[in-house]
Amino acid sequence: MREMPIIDQDKCQGCGLCVSVCACGALVIVANTVQAIEVNKCLWCTLCELVCPYGAISCPFEIVIENDQP
Amino acid sequence: MAVQVEFLKSIPYFSGLSDAEIDSVRKYIFEKKAERGEILSFEGEPANVLYFVVAGAVKVFKTSADGKEQIFSIIRPGESFNDVPILSSGVNLVSAAAMGAVVLNAIKKNDLEVVLREYPRVALNVIQVLSRRVQELVSLVEDFSFRHVTGRVAKMLLEYAGNGVGDRPRLTQQEMASMIGTAREMVGRSLKNLEAEGVIRMERNRIIITDPKAIREMAGVA
Repeated sequence: MREMPIIDQDKCQGCGLCVSVCACGALVIVANTVQAIEVNKCLWCTLCELVCPYGAISCPFEIVIENDQP
Repeated sequence: MAVQVEFLKSIPYFSGLSDAEIDSVRKYIFEKKAERGEILSFEGEPANVLYFVVAGAVKVFKTSADGKEQIFSIIRPGESFNDVPILSSGVNLVSAAAMGAVVLNAIKKNDLEVVLREYPRVALNVIQVLSRRVQELVSLVEDFSFRHVTGRVAKMLLEYAGNGVGDRPRLTQQEMASMIGTAREMVGRSLKNLEAEGVIRMERNRIIITDPKAIREMAGVA
């Protein structure tokens, strides 16, 4: 399963700012909160995380050394 | 999952204790689980419990009056947090939050005092743990004083790339910025610079260090 941005539903106020900046359509508003749907086009640009005024979205990175990858 | 003797034997606090002694200590230890974002200790509140991370990662941080966050360290499996306020009988100097689902082992302050009186070896271990904590803080001050942002990003990437064994904490750019005392935008810019120089490669949600030697030089740890 493709990993998608993590949304903290307790913090999300459903303002839709993240939906407006998401270029790949990975974020949708359902029942006043944002949900991430799995799309192949999500490039992990982290714009959604950047614009969220409530700190409700996280786009964490794994850090690996090239020859050390699983 | 009950408290595991093998885990207790592996952590610095209880290093050198015999199996019987570990078994005796185990009765004071209890398990706690938390989800991503859950606050485990609040800055300024009385500290009553010392935690050991069994699985997952915990960030230890301070928040300024205007909401800016400074991460002091990421606590990984086998490491502890809340040591200083527990031992100094003070309040929490920092806050701690789960970075994902975490499993913790914990011991209450009063029970730790019983263990310390009963097993002086544990007291020696605590001194070593606190000495390492001082070394880490001196290293942080050195970074703030002498290292430019790209160098700090390089050093942080090296530190959190891990050694290929066990859980690796996953960090957002905001968390990276908080850790090295800069703005999120500076982290993004530094990562782009490092990628342009061929030192790292960004693959969606992975940062891959392609030239460890170069990044060590940039971090000043070559």
